[in-house]
Amino acid sequence: MHILLKVKGIYKIFGKKEVLKNISFELSSGEILGIIGPNGAGKSTLLYILLGIITPEKGEIYYFGKNFFHERSSILKKVGFASQYVSLPYSLTVKENLMVFSHLYEVKNPERKIDELLRLFKLKDKERVLTRALSSGEMMRLNLVRANLSDPEILLLDEPTAGLDPEYVKYIGDIFKAKAEKEGKAIILTSHQLGELERIINKILLLKDGVILGYGTLNEVFQKFSVSHLEELYFKVFGDVNL
Amino acid sequence: MLTFSFRRVWGILLRHLYLLKHSFSRWIDLLYWPTVDLLLWGFITLYLQKDLGKMNIPSLFLGALIFWNILIRAQQGLAVGFLEDIWARNLLHLFVSPLTILEYIFGLILYSLFKATLASAIMTALSCFLFDFNFLSQGVLVFYLTFGLILFAWSIGLFTMAFILYLGQEAEILAWALALLFLPFSAVFYPVSALPPLFQKIAALVPPSYFFEAFRSLLLYKKLSFSLLYKGYILTFIYLSISGFFFFFAFRFAKKQGKLVKIGE
Repeated sequence: MHILLKVKGIYKIFGKKEVLKNISFELSSGEILGIIGPNGAGKSTLLYILLGIITPEKGEIYYFGKNFFHERSSILKKVGFASQYVSLPYSLTVKENLMVFSHLYEVKNPERKIDELLRLFKLKDKERVLTRALSSGEMMRLNLVRANLSDPEILLLDEPTAGLDPEYVKYIGDIFKAKAEKEGKAIILTSHQLGELERIINKILLLKDGVILGYGTLNEVFQKFSVSHLEELYFKVFGDVNL
Repeated sequence: MLTFSFRRVWGILLRHLYLLKHSFSRWIDLLYWPTVDLLLWGFITLYLQKDLGKMNIPSLFLGALIFWNILIRAQQGLAVGFLEDIWARNLLHLFVSPLTILEYIFGLILYSLFKATLASAIMTALSCFLFDFNFLSQGVLVFYLTFGLILFAWSIGLFTMAFILYLGQEAEILAWALALLFLPFSAVFYPVSALPPLFQKIAALVPPSYFFEAFRSLLLYKKLSFSLLYKGYILTFIYLSISGFFFFFAFRFAKKQGKLVKIGE
């Protein structure tokens, strides 16, 4: 296992509010890191900073040993992103959207790659359909196809299984696990589906009000908080937030 | 590290061509307005020609109209192309990809050239066929004027995009309004000397006024005033430099404020 991502001392302020405070962690090949926290904890902001679309006040990010702020474009070729909250342009067909992004990621043999991924994520029959006609679950799977176009080393996924039917939640969870275990890919994901998350992650980062409350392997964090499963951990750490 | 990929520029152009392919209303916008403009002004000038004998009124008006349409199409190709990505909430997807902001701008520039070329081709064909005016009859000299106007159009497009990034989506009206702000001072259909003194001073700071004056001198005296052309180009490059600086400042500001994630919501 080698380190693919190193994050050191990230701070982010919006207006007068500190939304992220001194965030540091690492991610190695084969690891699946779940970022868990209540709404407003700073999870999405952290992902967007890792993707370079929000600039932090302070801190350093290294992908594959390279400084992200100096080599953004070449690094992002190997970083995939998908989010439940973002759709692709509705007026283009599924295939057209994927063709556009295959050019942006400079994918070799895009036709073959798109075909392979559409089959993997069970969207082959939607290839010529306008994106606006997709259901929310199909849109999420399309986002996952897009995220995997360049065969990335790291996947950043914001609520990747929200809106999916249960059989797809399991199916896609299995794809993530296989990518990490067999191909050595690293994955960061946020999710509120704690049962599914516990099944696939092997590392966890607990975030509340922009501060890391716990970070480590699943067992390390369970031991630290004297809990035996993720739901128990969540309510022990964040339980009073929404009351 | 500065990187540039023509394939990614092609990706941006392709995104807008696909959009056009599926959108009847966008085709209408692209083809209908230039046609209506040309017919309307063509017949008005034919009518005026009867009273004003010597001067070739249709040539002056139709040539100016085609130039103005090229400017508008080039400016909107950039600004409205950017808005299309905002409306589709696509900016986030674009800028978490390896695409650089320079590549994105170049993609939009190619799209704006496509739109300007299509609109001007239709207008040129119609003006030849219906009004016996060949816009291209002055050869390469027309290209000098066209290129200057397109560069100016891109600077206005960049200003518009910068305002949208800085102020938010409420500023999108500028995509249609900003170029029109320059219209009275650009001396498109009348010479600068027809303006009141104060307006003449403003026109001196507006690049298209030099290009349109040069166009009139070309048609009336069969000679292109290179001094007007130089002044027009120098001012245009000043506009481009300022708008480019402002755009890159606004883009950095938007990334700092997290606006690229939220814009279009």
